[in-house]
Amino acid sequence: MSGGARLENANPLIFQRTGERLQTANDEDEDVADPIDDREIFDLIRSINDPEHPLSLEELNVVEQVRVRVDDQENTVGVEFTPTIPHCSMATLIGLSIKVKLLRSLPERFKIDVHITPGTHASEDAVNKQLADKERVAAALENSQLLEVVNQCLISNARTG
Amino acid sequence: MAADSALLLGLVEEFVLGQQDRKAVDTATGKLKAGQFTILQLVEALGLHLTSSQPQTRGRGVQLLSNVLQECYGDLTEREVKVLIVFYENRLKDHYVITPHVIQGLKALTKCSVLPPGSAVSILKSLFQDIHVQSLMLAERSCVYNILIQLMESRESELKGLGADFVFGFVQSVDGERDPRNLLLAFHIARKIVHEGYDLGKFTEELFEVTSCYFPIDFSPPANDPHGITQEELVLALRVVLTGTPRFAEFLLPLIIEKLDSDVQSAKLDSLQTLTACASVYEHKDLAQFLPGLWASLRREVFQTASERVESAGLAAVGTLTACLSRSVLNSDSEDSLNVFLELVLKDCQHHLCEPDLKLVWPSAKLLQATSTASYRASHRVAAAVLPSLIEQYNSRTQCAQRRTLLEVLQGFVHPVTSSEEDESVLLDFRQSLCSIVFSALSESNADLQITSMRLLTALGQQTGLLLESDVELAVDHLTRLILEEGDPKVSLAVVECAGALARLHPAAFISKMVPRLKEEIFSGGLRSKAVRQRCVAALAAVSSRPSLVQESTPVLLQVLTSAHTGTGAFSLEEVISVCHSLQKIAEQAQDTEETGGVFHDVIPRLLGLALQAALQGSSGHCSPILEETVLSAMVPIISTTCARLQSRLAGQTASLAVSLFLDGDVSFLPENAFPTQIQLLKVSQSQMVCLLMGCVCWLPRTVEVPQMDRLLLELEELSCTCDHPLSYTSAAKCYAGLVNKSPAGEVLDSLIDRTLKRISTELDSASSPVRTQAFTLLLWVSKALLLRYHPLSTALTDKLFSLLSDPELGWLAADGFSLLMSDSPDVLNRGSHADVRIMYRQRFFTENSAKLVEGFNAAVQEKKSGYLKALSHIVNNLPRQVQLTELPALLPLLLEALSCPDQGVQVSTLSCLQPVLLDPPSALITQLEVLVGRTLALTTSPTMKVRIASLRCIHALSRFPEHEIMPFRARVLRALAAPLDDHKRVVRSEAAVARNEW
Repeated sequence: MSGGARLENANPLIFQRTGERLQTANDEDEDVADPIDDREIFDLIRSINDPEHPLSLEELNVVEQVRVRVDDQENTVGVEFTPTIPHCSMATLIGLSIKVKLLRSLPERFKIDVHITPGTHASEDAVNKQLADKERVAAALENSQLLEVVNQCLISNARTG
Repeated sequence: MAADSALLLGLVEEFVLGQQDRKAVDTATGKLKAGQFTILQLVEALGLHLTSSQPQTRGRGVQLLSNVLQECYGDLTEREVKVLIVFYENRLKDHYVITPHVIQGLKALTKCSVLPPGSAVSILKSLFQDIHVQSLMLAERSCVYNILIQLMESRESELKGLGADFVFGFVQSVDGERDPRNLLLAFHIARKIVHEGYDLGKFTEELFEVTSCYFPIDFSPPANDPHGITQEELVLALRVVLTGTPRFAEFLLPLIIEKLDSDVQSAKLDSLQTLTACASVYEHKDLAQFLPGLWASLRREVFQTASERVESAGLAAVGTLTACLSRSVLNSDSEDSLNVFLELVLKDCQHHLCEPDLKLVWPSAKLLQATSTASYRASHRVAAAVLPSLIEQYNSRTQCAQRRTLLEVLQGFVHPVTSSEEDESVLLDFRQSLCSIVFSALSESNADLQITSMRLLTALGQQTGLLLESDVELAVDHLTRLILEEGDPKVSLAVVECAGALARLHPAAFISKMVPRLKEEIFSGGLRSKAVRQRCVAALAAVSSRPSLVQESTPVLLQVLTSAHTGTGAFSLEEVISVCHSLQKIAEQAQDTEETGGVFHDVIPRLLGLALQAALQGSSGHCSPILEETVLSAMVPIISTTCARLQSRLAGQTASLAVSLFLDGDVSFLPENAFPTQIQLLKVSQSQMVCLLMGCVCWLPRTVEVPQMDRLLLELEELSCTCDHPLSYTSAAKCYAGLVNKSPAGEVLDSLIDRTLKRISTELDSASSPVRTQAFTLLLWVSKALLLRYHPLSTALTDKLFSLLSDPELGWLAADGFSLLMSDSPDVLNRGSHADVRIMYRQRFFTENSAKLVEGFNAAVQEKKSGYLKALSHIVNNLPRQVQLTELPALLPLLLEALSCPDQGVQVSTLSCLQPVLLDPPSALITQLEVLVGRTLALTTSPTMKVRIASLRCIHALSRFPEHEIMPFRARVLRALAAPLDDHKRVVRSEAAVARNEW
């Protein structure tokens, strides 16, 4: 980032962060079962760091709560993310980060689907295909250098908590 | 004499041949000091060896002499020193095996106070000439540096006479030094050279090169480093050298610019901090030529940084740079470098402020704010360039988010502008438009906008002259309106904060405008919702910081209590309680003056009167909310906070009135004097009012004497042992304990405690006694009172508590009692109440009693063990971390045992005690890792939510252990954590997700 390297998008739009989820009385109650909902998934991914900015995906509006779909009964999770610019070379990395975070944080019963919001990226299909391919995701995570970068994005950020 | 010289010869012989080492030196030194022979005789005795043809023998000879000199350099005469110096200087030219000893000897000689003039110079000349420092061993190099330091301290003027040669010599000897210990010495010398005005001559660049080659320092001390040198020390030592003189500027600044490009975070940080340090020393002409380069690097760091530390260091550097440039005195022909720099900054930052949606708004604003805080001139320039456009933009933009950002940026500019006495505030020109922006934002409906504008308003209020009288009144109107109309909790909080801050500065407007309006609203009844009244009460409490405001607001609140009591105002229980909290808040924040003291002195009788009335009526059927325990408990802190802050005259008065009320039923001082004359407050029916007495007498300053102490204590003891009403007997016990804690040590106190202990024991020992719980409560509180003041009798009481752990009825209570014993209680026996609290009483209690506890645990039968574990976990939980860490190895087996104890309370308490320790694991824990992981993982499926959460947190903490230790467990933990990920409670799931991601 330093030493004169240019950022692809040096001055992106930033959006406000949502606050912490409010604790309700039900959350304290032992006997009420809380279903996994959109907000819970969104809370998991919103604090992921952008690979090039010291900002979270939420602040860059890469992920939004309305683009998260969960079906607790059917065991499926779908996340759409929007790269900041159509040529963003980091799109695959961001997608991979989201996928890894969800893989690590959700029960195994869920099928996780991560793809780019339709019409927001130049090579949308290619990226989507890569992200949907289990083998390729697994192979990517074998690559220690790539895993390092992904972990960097996932390091929990104290500000967003 | 002859015998002496024979002895001497013998010693020398033995030493040189290597048969004796320390002993020869010691004997020789002893004799020399005793005056039995002179150093000259020693040299004569050595003569043969010093001229020997064997370098080794010569070496041993010189070594003996040097060792002796090190011990007795103080006894030498000037003539002897002169001779010895000539000798040693000659020896420098000798064989290399001798050199180390020669240097040792020279070092000893330089410490002589009688060093003849000129010898310092000659020593240095021969040192620089005859030896190549870097080819010496570590210890000898350090010796050379020490010689330099010594001479610089004692013979400064002579060394300065050497001129640039000295610097050159130093540069030569340091060049290539690698050991951190020696580097610290070398930096020390360089600092002296730079700071104490040695002539650098043409060697400025050389001196800079030889030190700056270490910049930025990257040093990680080896583990278990005995010398304890840290990177921090080296960095600071070097920074002092580099920033020491403006003559380094032309070399240092390019170096900094270059190092800022580095990818290493610490290098960047160090460069920025060095820049900050040197900018405070340099003058503008040193900086002028590098400004564009520096600015480019600084801008990049702030705009694109990934770390907040780098960013703040960058901002600090910009600030000091501006300050430095502003200090400069202008010549008519030089250009104004401050202007040049600000021109650069403005050019790069200003246009970003026009795009309030984009990311770079913030860094730009921060940079501009950093420059404008640095000096008056800079703030003038920046404000003139930036504020108009910001204000105009605010007025033209319509989106709330954008306007909010603009307001926040504006606030940043308002906040820091410093204006000295004679300069009028830079913002004065923009006063009008800033105020109108604030008021227009306050009347928007967007909550964020309102909150931000209130912050801006507060910032404006802090600056003199920015808010006119009429503005303040307008602001108060706005705030009052927001209190009455805005239900958003965030907005209310901001209103309360803002009102509190402004009320401190402009009390008059609040008295005339806000207080009457709120009062009207509170008593208007019915129409408004409860929430509005609640906000009014909270706001009243927040603005009451000035005595004049306190005088206005407390009567309103008291009136609420009265009308609640009489039932006219339809106030609910929660409202009454919140009024009590507000009164307490006022008591806490009110400035400590005679006036406020007086106000509150009147509050206490009114509260007592109300409570008494309520209590009396309570028996006759009508039920007043004041009678509720929760309300009474809320009243206690009002009384106690007030009492703790009363000046002693008023405090004494209050104490005697309260005591006579409770002991004798003296009601004469209460307002609305309509009480029956014969009331006995410490007897059963009105007994719960004793908590008010506790608030009063236990919080008085220790200098105030409580009258009729003995009778009071007797009555309290009686009450606490006989009453069956929990609040009453507990309060009585607390009150008793609070008084015991403060009473002077001596026989009276001892016999009192003895008496009480006997009574308690009798009650406790008879298993059928109906008041065992009461006796236990009293025991617990008295133990705490004595424990806090290190009273010798406290052991007897705590032993009693330990023995109760195995009691079938009270064992559980006793175990919980230890948490009370070790933690601070909010209502009595704390520092706020002027109690006698010794430091580290927890540690003391722990060290004295942990063994007993362990013993008791081992002796107890299986069913009773959990009580001990619970007590232990309570005690350990409250210990300071430092003690926890040292004590942990001994206690770990017990704590691990506690984890498998079936009681969930014990589990939670133990886990919460382990978790902080795990964040910085001691080595003892690592050996137990296997058991620890096993037990905590088992608890993640516990039926209780709290246990699951606590255990997941522990597992999270475990992930920070050294990697090689936890590697073997990784797969197992990850598998085990899959289960809580699918927990039916969301809170548990999120903890599990965090923990699993870390693993």
